[in-house]
Formats: sequence, C-alpha cells, structure tokens
Amino acid sequence: MNEFQLTAGEIKKEDTGRERLTSSLLERINAVEDKIKAYVIKPAPAASAKKNSGLLGAIPVSIKDNICVKDEATTCASKILGGFKPPYDAEVISRLKESGAILWGKTNMDEFAFGSSTENSFYGATSNPHNLNYVPGGSSGGSAAAVAADETIISIGSDTGGSIRQPASFCGVVGLKPTYGRVSRYGLIAFASSLDQIGPITKNVEDSALTLNVISGYDPKDSTSADIAKPDFIKALGKDIKGLKAGLPKEYFTSGIDPQVKKSLDEAISVLKAKGVEFIPISLPHTEYAVAVYYIIATAEASSNLARFDGVQYGYRQINKEGIIGMYRATRGNGFGQEAKRRVILGTYVLSSGYYDAYYLRALKVRTLIKKDFDDAFKEIDCVITPTSPTAAFRKGEKIENPLSMYLSDIYTISANLAGIPAISIPCGFTKEGLPVGLQILARPFDEETLFKTAFSYEQATNWRKVKPKL
Amino acid sequence: MNYEPVIGLEVHVQLKTESKIFCGCPAKFGAGPNTQTCPVCLGLPGTLPVLNKKVLEYGVKTALALNCSIQPFIKFDRKNYFYPDLPKNYQISQYDLPLSYKGYIDINTDGSIRRIGITRLHLEEDAGKLLHEGSDAASSYVDFNRTGIPLLEIVSEPDINSPQEAYEYLTSLKAILKYLDISDCDMEKGSLRCDANISIRPKGEKKLGTKTELKNMNSFKAVRSALEFELIRQTKAKENNLKITQETLLWDEKMQKTITMRTKEEAHDYRYFPEPDLVPFVIEEKDILSIKNNLPELPRQKYSRLLASYELSEYEANILTSDKNLAEYFEIGAQIYKNYKNLTNWMLGAFLSELNNRKIAPENSPVAARDLINLLKITDEGKINNLTAKAVLTEMFNSGKSADVIIKDKNLAQISDKGMLSKIIDETIKENPSPVSDYKNGKENALMFIMGQAMKKAKGKANPKIINELLKERMKNA
Amino acid sequence: MAISKEQVNYTANLARIELTEDELNILSRHLDDIIKFIDKLKDIDIKEVAPCSHVIPIRNVFREDKAHKSLDVKDALQNAPAKENNFFKVPKVIE
Repeated sequence: MNEFQLTAGEIKKEDTGRERLTSSLLERINAVEDKIKAYVIKPAPAASAKKNSGLLGAIPVSIKDNICVKDEATTCASKILGGFKPPYDAEVISRLKESGAILWGKTNMDEFAFGSSTENSFYGATSNPHNLNYVPGGSSGGSAAAVAADETIISIGSDTGGSIRQPASFCGVVGLKPTYGRVSRYGLIAFASSLDQIGPITKNVEDSALTLNVISGYDPKDSTSADIAKPDFIKALGKDIKGLKAGLPKEYFTSGIDPQVKKSLDEAISVLKAKGVEFIPISLPHTEYAVAVYYIIATAEASSNLARFDGVQYGYRQINKEGIIGMYRATRGNGFGQEAKRRVILGTYVLSSGYYDAYYLRALKVRTLIKKDFDDAFKEIDCVITPTSPTAAFRKGEKIENPLSMYLSDIYTISANLAGIPAISIPCGFTKEGLPVGLQILARPFDEETLFKTAFSYEQATNWRKVKPKL
Repeated sequence: MNYEPVIGLEVHVQLKTESKIFCGCPAKFGAGPNTQTCPVCLGLPGTLPVLNKKVLEYGVKTALALNCSIQPFIKFDRKNYFYPDLPKNYQISQYDLPLSYKGYIDINTDGSIRRIGITRLHLEEDAGKLLHEGSDAASSYVDFNRTGIPLLEIVSEPDINSPQEAYEYLTSLKAILKYLDISDCDMEKGSLRCDANISIRPKGEKKLGTKTELKNMNSFKAVRSALEFELIRQTKAKENNLKITQETLLWDEKMQKTITMRTKEEAHDYRYFPEPDLVPFVIEEKDILSIKNNLPELPRQKYSRLLASYELSEYEANILTSDKNLAEYFEIGAQIYKNYKNLTNWMLGAFLSELNNRKIAPENSPVAARDLINLLKITDEGKINNLTAKAVLTEMFNSGKSADVIIKDKNLAQISDKGMLSKIIDETIKENPSPVSDYKNGKENALMFIMGQAMKKAKGKANPKIINELLKERMKNA
Repeated sequence: MAISKEQVNYTANLARIELTEDELNILSRHLDDIIKFIDKLKDIDIKEVAPCSHVIPIRNVFREDKAHKSLDVKDALQNAPAKENNFFKVPKVIE
C-alpha cells in the first residue's frame, strides 16, 4: 500500500509512513491533479510537519478555499477576492496548527460555496475521481475529490445546505456537518451565517471523529459558538448500536429518488437491522418546503454577507467614469460569477421593501416548523436515516443551465442546516456506472456521537471505502 | 395665519468605553488614520462580531435615566446600504426590537416644566470617516478608526414646539448623559451628533405637515439656528402657497442657512433583517433593578436637593446642576465652607468666568474646591479685600499656586494697621483740600471720593472697613 | 410572470451589480422560475408561528470591555487596491 492511501488513524496507530507521507502525497498530486483539479492552491512541497505529537501531528489536511489562512491567498474561488491575503487565521486553522497538522493546500469549490457541482469556480471545474465526466458535487467538491483521489489525508469543508455531505456522497468518502455552534465559524468566509458549519471530509469515520476532536469547541470570537462540554468523539466508535431507534422519513423516499440509490439504501438498512437497529417510519411533514425556505434564507443572508466585496479594501476593483457607485457596480458585475450574481440579487429581492414579509419573514416561520418536525421526531427516535442525495453524481454541464434543478438536488441535505442538527454522509454502495452512493444519518443537536457510532458500525460491516477510483 | 413648528430630534452619542462595540480595538479619539482597526472592525471576510458587555450596560443605564422601558428580549439587525465608510456595507443596528422605548425628559422652559417624549433608544456601530482632501481631487480617502465605536441613538417624539425648546432638550439630555458618565458628549469631536426634523402646521391643527430633515449642525446653538431658519423658510413658503418638499437639508454654519444636498438621495431600502452573527439578549428584571439602584443622582434630582439644602435660588441651582462636575465642585466646597451664599456668588461669578475664559471644564479646573474655599476664608478674615481676592483667583488659575503663596509673594495682604492707615488718611486729606471742604459743607458723596483716593494710595490693599471708620472719625475732628 | 425585468434591474442596482442586457434577460428568466418555486410557501398557514432567526437557543454572549492591540496600519492596508498616506483611496464621494 502506498503512504498516500493511509488514513490519519492508520498513520497514528502504526506510527509509520510519516517521513514518506508528504512526498508520497506530492507524487500522487503530480500524477492525478491535472485530471481532478481539486486544488485552487496546491500544497507547497516545503509544507512539512511541525510536530508529530499532536492529535493530527504531521497529518496533511487540505482546506476549502473559503477558510482564512493568515497571509495566504484565500479566494472563495472568486475573481473578486483576487490577491486577497487575510491578516489572520480562522479559528479552525489555529486549532489545526495547534494539533500539529500540516496545512495541505486550498481546495476548489463553487464560488462562495454557491452550488452543488463545483462547476461555479473562477478557477475551473473539479472532476469526480470515479468518473472524470461527472461532477464531484459541491460546493466542497475540491475537498471531497482530493480525499477520494488520495491527494490529501483529510480535508476541511463547509456545509450550508449539504456542501460537505453531498460531495462526500458523490465521491464515496465520509462528510460530516456538525451541529450549528459545534465548530467556530470565525474565519470562514460567510455564505449564510445562520446555516454555515465547518466540518471534515475524510476517508473513514474514525478520521472524521478525530478531526472533529481537533476543530470543535467553544470559541469566544464566535457569538454563535456553543459553550458546552465537548466529548472525546473517538470514544463513540465501536459502541454498540443494538436497540438504536432510526427514523425513516416517508417524505424522503418518494418518486424523486433514483432506483439505484433506493436499492443501496435498502441494503444499508438491512445491514443496520442486522446490527440491531430498529427502524421506525416517521413523517417530517414540512420537508417539501425546505428547499424554498433554504433558498430564501440562504440568499438573503448571502446578499448581505457579500455586500462587503466592493473593491474598497481588498480584492478586485474596477473603476469607470461613474464615481463610487460606478466602481461598486462594475467591480461586482465583473467580479462575481453568474451564480453569485443570481443569488445575491435573489437575496436582495426577498429582503426588499414590500417583499420581506411575503418571503423572508415567512421563510423564517416555516423554518420554525421544519425544526419542530425534527424536535417531534427525536422524541421517538435516536437518529434519522436517508439517502444523502436523490441521485448519484450527475454529468458535468447537466444542470448548470437550469439553476432550479441544481437547487433541488440538495433536497435531502438542506433540512439539517435549517434545523441546526448534525448529519453525516458515508458511502453505501455504487451505481451500475460505478458512481458512489451516500447514506445520510441525522441526529439531535450536539449528538454527533450517535452519528459516529452508527456510521462506524455500518462502515465496519461493509467494504465500500476500499473501492478506490481508477485513476 | 399662525403656524407652530413640530420638531423631533435624533441624537447619536458615542459611548465612552475602552474598546469598540464588537471588537477589542481601542475606542479612543484622534489616533492616526487606520491605526485603530482589526479584522473585525474592518469587516474582513470571515470575521464575526461579539458584543461589548459595557455597551449594553451603558445602554440600559441611559434608558433608565430617560425613563424608558427596557425590552425584555432584544436583538440586533443589519441595515444594508452601500457607502465607502461602512466596511461591510451593512451597519449592525437595531430595528424592531430595540434596547428600549417610550421614555421622556422633563425640560425647563420659561420657568415651567415640559415633558418631551423619547420614542426609542437603540445601540449600533459607528461608521468610518471620509475625507475629501488629498493629492487627488478625483478621490476620497477612508479612515476606519471610528468604525465600530459604540453608538446610542436616542430618538425623541415630535413633541418639541420651538427651536429654543430643542436647545433646552439637548442641554438637558447632555446633562443627563454627562451625569451618567457614559459619553464625552463633545459635538466638536463628534461624540454627540444631532439631526433634526421639522414641519409646521396652523396652530391648533392636528395633522402634521411635510417635514424636512436637517443635518450637519455642529453645536446646540447651530441646531437652534438651523431650526429657526427652517421655521421661517417653511412659514414663508406656506404663506406664499409654495409646496414644501420632503428632503434632507444641510446647515451651512458660515452662511447661516440651510442648503439642499447636492446629490439626489435614492429612495432608501435598507433591507433590515436579524443579524445572524449575534445572538439575542435577554435582560433579566433583576439586572435592570440592580442598574436602576446604582444610577447616580440625575440633574433634576440634584437640582431639587441643592435647592432645598443650600438656600439657593432656582436660577442658581439650575446653573450649578447644569454640569455634574460643577455641582460636585460646589458640594465639596459646601462641606468645608458654610457661607453657601458667598460660595455660590463666587462660583457663578468669578470662578465660572475664569473657566469660560480658558474654555476648561470644571473637572479640569487648576483650582481645586479646597483652594477656592481657602481663598474665601482668607478674604472673610479680612486679610485681603474682595477686589484683591478676584485678582488672586486669576493668578491661581494662571500659576496654579495657592492663595497664601500668591498673597505673600505679591505682598497683597490687606493693611489693617490703624497707625499706618491713619498716616495714609492724613496725607490724603492734605492732598485733597477741596473735596474735604465740600464734605464739611454737607456734600456726603465727597467722602466716597476721598475714600477712593486713600484706597489708591494704599494700592488697593487697605482694609475698607477700617479705613472707612478712621476717615469718618478724622473728618468729624478735622 | 413572478418578477419583471424592471424589478430585476432595480434589485440588481440595489445590490450594486452591473448586468449586461444578456445577463439581465437570462437572470430574469431564472429568477422567475425560482420565485414561482418559492411562492409555494404561500400555501402554509403560519399565523401562529414565531420566526426562527437563530436555530440554537444561545443567549447573552458578551466580551469584556478590554482593549487589545490593533493591526499595524500597514497590515490593515496590505490588501488595499489603492491607498495614500495610510488612507484607503476610493473614487470621489460627492456629498
């Protein structure tokens, strides 16, 4: 086995391969990156271990390019942030550095995390390592592809409506969106502040738990960070799941689901049943409104969060004859890509005078109902199990001309962000075309341990993670 | 027809905290451009605000002092608009659940008390500063030091009925804020800013007229002048059947008139929505009570107490309590000096004029209350006379020396020695034969002249009481 | 039509985004689709429902009023597209 294929857990356990690790990964990147294009900024050959002793000592971790690293280019895959170097580290970066991790390049994404295919990047699209004609999912497509193609050991992504889980599902890796408030957002360039969470994309569940141990915890710089006890998530692995009650929401298993995905899910359910999980049919009645609620709230917040990209203090600037307003309009008109413009304008519209009550306020109220659906369900069950996405990866270009169809591909992942609850996607099979399928588990707020023990138990009973893309 | 103005004021005060509202940058005034900024107040991508505890505390304190109700559940909102002094292109402010609402201030106009309503009071962040002078006439220059200085916005009801009342309202409000010690309230430095809106209507009419908004006033007097100007302008317009348009006007201090803003303002659409990066705040009843119990004495209370305790006139009490530090100065003095009348006269007379001449605030007076009292005691003892005492006070302000030292150094002590004074009187009588004979012929005021001449001879240091007695005696015998 | 081209144009200006005629046409079509889709929320009875602006019930998060060191002015200006004498420089703003 090549070093680049190791997981962080294996590297720590064997305490081998560390010397060869970075050079092995660099060779791998040299061999495959031209096909995948997972990175906006490739890891520097000089990047090496500071210390081996920390939780992620000498382990390369790549970072989605919407997370600030001090004095290094941070682009959000947008032209408008060209040349911008933050004068500070995001909280997760400080914690990763503290843990001894090696920062391993910046990964590609949909511009400002707007998208589900990583096609909306100023730096070009990323490919799915399992089939280069297919998208890796998005918006953390670069992170998921880099992990799947063994170009990194771990990657850090962000998830606003499924941006970690959906690409993890499309690329056959593990993606975790922690509870809102579990991981500090300080230094994550905001898309939608009330929905964004940072989380790990890893090769297996153990690395996911290990990484969450490092990046989670209270941060006084983030008012929405939860000041609560943080368990050792590794300890959840291997715990018995016998008697665990899992809900199967009927709204997730309707005609919209691809038969191959449905089949993989059914098989996964059988595996978990054999482990003693009790499945209970449930209803999350407001599910059908989730996408609409999401696209109102997320774009409204985004329209405000992205107002600061105006050419005054940093990044791209274009001047014309029309003074300061002309500069704003030209800078933003030329600096943002099509999807960014679409979302900012939509978000501006739903907040504008005369429409606020009809759209934004109404969406906040329906959000309450969606959250209540989960609160009610969790009175009876311990977790919810669904597909991560209604389909496996789609072809490049397939949905780019039809934004609404792209938005609807997030249908299974969006609710977790609206409700603030944790969710994980793990590989649970492949389609006939050889594309991975993902299983999503959702749990109560701050109960990532249930996700880890369930996911780990399933992972140990199956071999999906060993199916590597042929590159 | 008789018109009456309807005036409302919107006051912004910068709170006197160590650090900014959402980050730890110092909140000091006057630092070099862009030297008091950090990623948070620069609004750099990825940064997040965290509320300064003191800001909320100061807000509650002020709200209670202005008799406002405190909202039990408050939140912050984003006010979205593009402007280069606003780094995020939104201002964190409060919209539908502000810190507090529905209060009032009692003001003193023409000897009677008027109650002016306060609509609301909310917290927000200040914006940066734009400068328009630089090497390049086609450019403006941005300094973000002021960005994130905590601001309290205090909005009055349109209860104000004259420019003078607006002036009184501002004076009373400022006094309260100074008593609370939550702001410097310095309009020149921009730590207190005031916008006004004014409309007029026929006396007795309920319906409001079209209002204009006045900006750019740099003093309370300027607010009053701008309102007076606008009142006349609107009245003339009405009388000539001209339409009054709703617009924002700038006060031109030099020209003493209002001018229309050059750029046409777009219709505002601020797209307020709840700030997701800050959590809501719940202010417990017990915290409100604790702040309430620890409120300092406020101007109206101090006024009543001083009036009752120190035999002051309403006028005197009013001036003394217009400034917390002046009142405190008085009370320190009154503890060690029981002739309140004399103390009041001195403070409102010589002392205040020394301060005003030097444009210094009572708390920065180089002459401490103790030193002033010492001077008064020396005067009472007859060591110097009143006239000399005033000169000594000036010298105390100039040099910072004590009264004793100045009197000694300049040899100003009063002459009370009867032998010496008799000699002076003898000489004066000799040198002024005709006034002396006038007096003897029954012209009473001639004595005053002779007395003045004797004083002059004594270089003003003669004890007036003794010299008066001696002179009368000598004239009887002469 | 859920949204007119004029409304899109107005909103784009509110968001300070310049659009070409082509962009405006395509965007208007896309936004019309999306707004028709989100209009489905109008079917739900929300009279008694409170809005959810914060999903996790965290309250009263403060920092103490202590000043820290600010950025060096050169770091504050390190990314500026145009600067002069420690100021950020922008096209003239007319007041």
